[in-house]
Amino acid sequence: MEIFSMDIMQLLIIASISAATPLLLATLGGILSERAGIINLGIEGMMLIGAVCAYIVSIYTDSEWLAIIFSLLGGSALGALLAFLCITLRSNQIVAGLGITLFATGLSSYLGKSFGGSQPQTQIPNLDIPWLDNIPFFGEIFSHLNWMVWISFFIAIVLYVAIFKTRWGLHLRALGDGPAAADNAGVNVYRYQYLMTIIGAALCGLAGATLILVYTPSWNDGLTSGRGWIAVALVIFSRWHPINAIFCAILFGLFETLGFKVQLYYADIPPYFLKMMPYLTTIVVLMWVGWRNKNKPNGQPISLGKTYIREQRG
Amino acid sequence: MQKQSNMPYAIEVQNIVKTFGPVIATNQVSFKVKKGEIHALLGENGAGKSTLMSILYGLYRPDSGILKIDGEVVSFKSPKEAAQKSIGMVHQNFQLVSTLTAFDNILMGLPESWWRGRNWRFKKVKEIESLAKEYGLSFEVERAVWQMSHGEKQRVEIFKALYRQSDIIILDEPTSVLTPQESDDLYRTLKKLKETGKTIVLTTHKLREVMHACDHISIMRKGKMVASMPSSETNERDLARKLMGEMPVEVRRIEKSESSTKPSKNLLELQEICAKGLHGEQALNDLSLFVYPGEIVGVAGVAGNGQKQLAEIITGMQNPTSGGIKFKGKWINHSSIKGMIDIGIAHVPEDRLHTGMAGSLDAVDNLLMKDYKKEKHSNLGIMKHSRNLDWAKSIINNYDVTTPSANYPVRLLSGGNQQKLLLAREIEGDPALLVANHPTQGLDVGATASVHNLLLDMRSRDRGVLLISEDLDEILKISDRILVIYQGMITGEFEPSKATREEIGLYMTGSKTQFNVGALA
Repeated sequence: MEIFSMDIMQLLIIASISAATPLLLATLGGILSERAGIINLGIEGMMLIGAVCAYIVSIYTDSEWLAIIFSLLGGSALGALLAFLCITLRSNQIVAGLGITLFATGLSSYLGKSFGGSQPQTQIPNLDIPWLDNIPFFGEIFSHLNWMVWISFFIAIVLYVAIFKTRWGLHLRALGDGPAAADNAGVNVYRYQYLMTIIGAALCGLAGATLILVYTPSWNDGLTSGRGWIAVALVIFSRWHPINAIFCAILFGLFETLGFKVQLYYADIPPYFLKMMPYLTTIVVLMWVGWRNKNKPNGQPISLGKTYIREQRG
Repeated sequence: MQKQSNMPYAIEVQNIVKTFGPVIATNQVSFKVKKGEIHALLGENGAGKSTLMSILYGLYRPDSGILKIDGEVVSFKSPKEAAQKSIGMVHQNFQLVSTLTAFDNILMGLPESWWRGRNWRFKKVKEIESLAKEYGLSFEVERAVWQMSHGEKQRVEIFKALYRQSDIIILDEPTSVLTPQESDDLYRTLKKLKETGKTIVLTTHKLREVMHACDHISIMRKGKMVASMPSSETNERDLARKLMGEMPVEVRRIEKSESSTKPSKNLLELQEICAKGLHGEQALNDLSLFVYPGEIVGVAGVAGNGQKQLAEIITGMQNPTSGGIKFKGKWINHSSIKGMIDIGIAHVPEDRLHTGMAGSLDAVDNLLMKDYKKEKHSNLGIMKHSRNLDWAKSIINNYDVTTPSANYPVRLLSGGNQQKLLLAREIEGDPALLVANHPTQGLDVGATASVHNLLLDMRSRDRGVLLISEDLDEILKISDRILVIYQGMITGEFEPSKATREEIGLYMTGSKTQFNVGALA
């Protein structure tokens, strides 16, 4: 096996990219809904539901692709709920998002419990690209990555192009920064917000499926262990930009991986400390980003968190 | 040309009623606009003209009544449907997305081309540039809206409407934020558009402009249409009377006698103040000025030239990065809002409902906001409720604030009444200096006169007033001395009696300066 011929750097990079995939997908989902002006704090919950849907479907059907489809459906169902709460009922977006996460945490535990311990019957395979092996270092890294890694990169690039190069993207950017202006220009604000929230939630569901079908292949309660919250921070860190999101996710994937590696070499560091690392990094990075951009516009959609109501007076 | 007499009206409104809860915004309003004319709709704030405009372009739906465009009965469900009937709207607060470029704003919401790559963009930019030239609207197509002046934003808005093939263009208070030169340019553009056959409806309360730029004038008062006539059949005085329903409040300006010597000591002195703006830019640049007791100093300037920072530094909301503040002869080192209030500086901020008052609280609580700690109003932290209510009621009476009750949320009051209430609170504390930032923005003629009288009262009681405003007419009317601020510097000083609007306008746009300032040299 070639894997043994790889040096530790390459292994570290591969592990970081793998760890980054669910983070990236969830971050992209968050970017979509936040660009439309809806804060999504339900990411963690959507990931959990996506994961449990994928888990159960894979046990029943042995099909990883069916599992993925159901994780997308599970995520979008929660997205539709969030959109209904925030857009139609105009409830507070923070509370609605937190409520969805709490609800989904309970629901996913309940659904997953009855299958306790059984392994998902399928795994998403790696995509082997043999000719890349000929390129030293980076070629070897990219030649055997999982399908989901490539899919997540592909989605990020598609979103970048869609947001910045199409009519659709112009509308999305416009309604995040000025929903009234967009409405006046004939953009259907509510339809876009619904659509973006649901598609974003579907991506979060997919992130959950990636966790269970690629990353940690057995179900346990709270499988996501806070990755959804890291994604919430990554949305801000990436400044609502899908390409930035790729690099931010890989950086956080690296921190997560480092935790495991350090544990191997320095057994006397308590494992809880290492588990804490990604979250500590999140806080430090948020502080750093906030400090650096203290006097600059931070790229946050202006209408974020404020529900747009057309005939509002006073 | 077709036969003029048989042509249907461009807009014909019959008996429109629109209510917001218990408030009747327009009551049986009828309104006709001929094709190819510039039609002005006059009215005080709250007269219902904005509501009427919003119905015309499909934002609000009337409760009852008929709306005809080009003789055809229509019922708009959204602005999009109005746009399809070739109605374009230019709002007072521009409906542009500030983070996007003019280009993106113009093409927003249009169905053409789902793919918007580089080639398409290049072609479109060229097309828009040449079309804008044709209409005589100059703006930078690829500049982000937040970097534009008000005049440029407005030109983008007008172009946006024209680009959507609008034949009827509605402008809501188009000149309220423009410099005199920009206003003249605007009316030149509108005349040009009229020549190409467009119909233009605009709302305003600047009577001077209406008389020389519009063909027909309609007047609304308290939700009703009270008069409509060609501008050739009326005059400014007549308009003012119809607008108010009575003779307007006269501003009691008393010229200072020449013999009265200037007080030897100034009240406020700023020495070479520098300060940073919201995004870290240099907002104030070695700015120096002083205010004597018993004078109103008017600071004229185009928005965004450091007025906000100037007001905030004097009132302690922001600390200067360098320079000194002297008040009543004493240096102030580290200012705080509380400290500035205590030594007698009052502030009427630009944004009355966000910085000035708490919108959902009532008049009593808002009036108490600076004084609640005084023994008169509270004892050991417990508010003297009924006493405060009586106190608030007497202020509401004295300052002629119209409100259903003292316990009515101030957010729901008209702009004029909010402003009177805010001024009442600031003046009641008998400050030595009042900093008033755009005190009459968005107010109607009557309320503006009341505000001016309150400021003049302060002057006659030997208090100082620093009046920061974009409305040059207002500054010329009531100040004793005029300073022009441009890019965070005072670039000119004028006697109101000797200055002309045009001259000051040149200083406001940076075309001229009296002083040799480093950054400009």
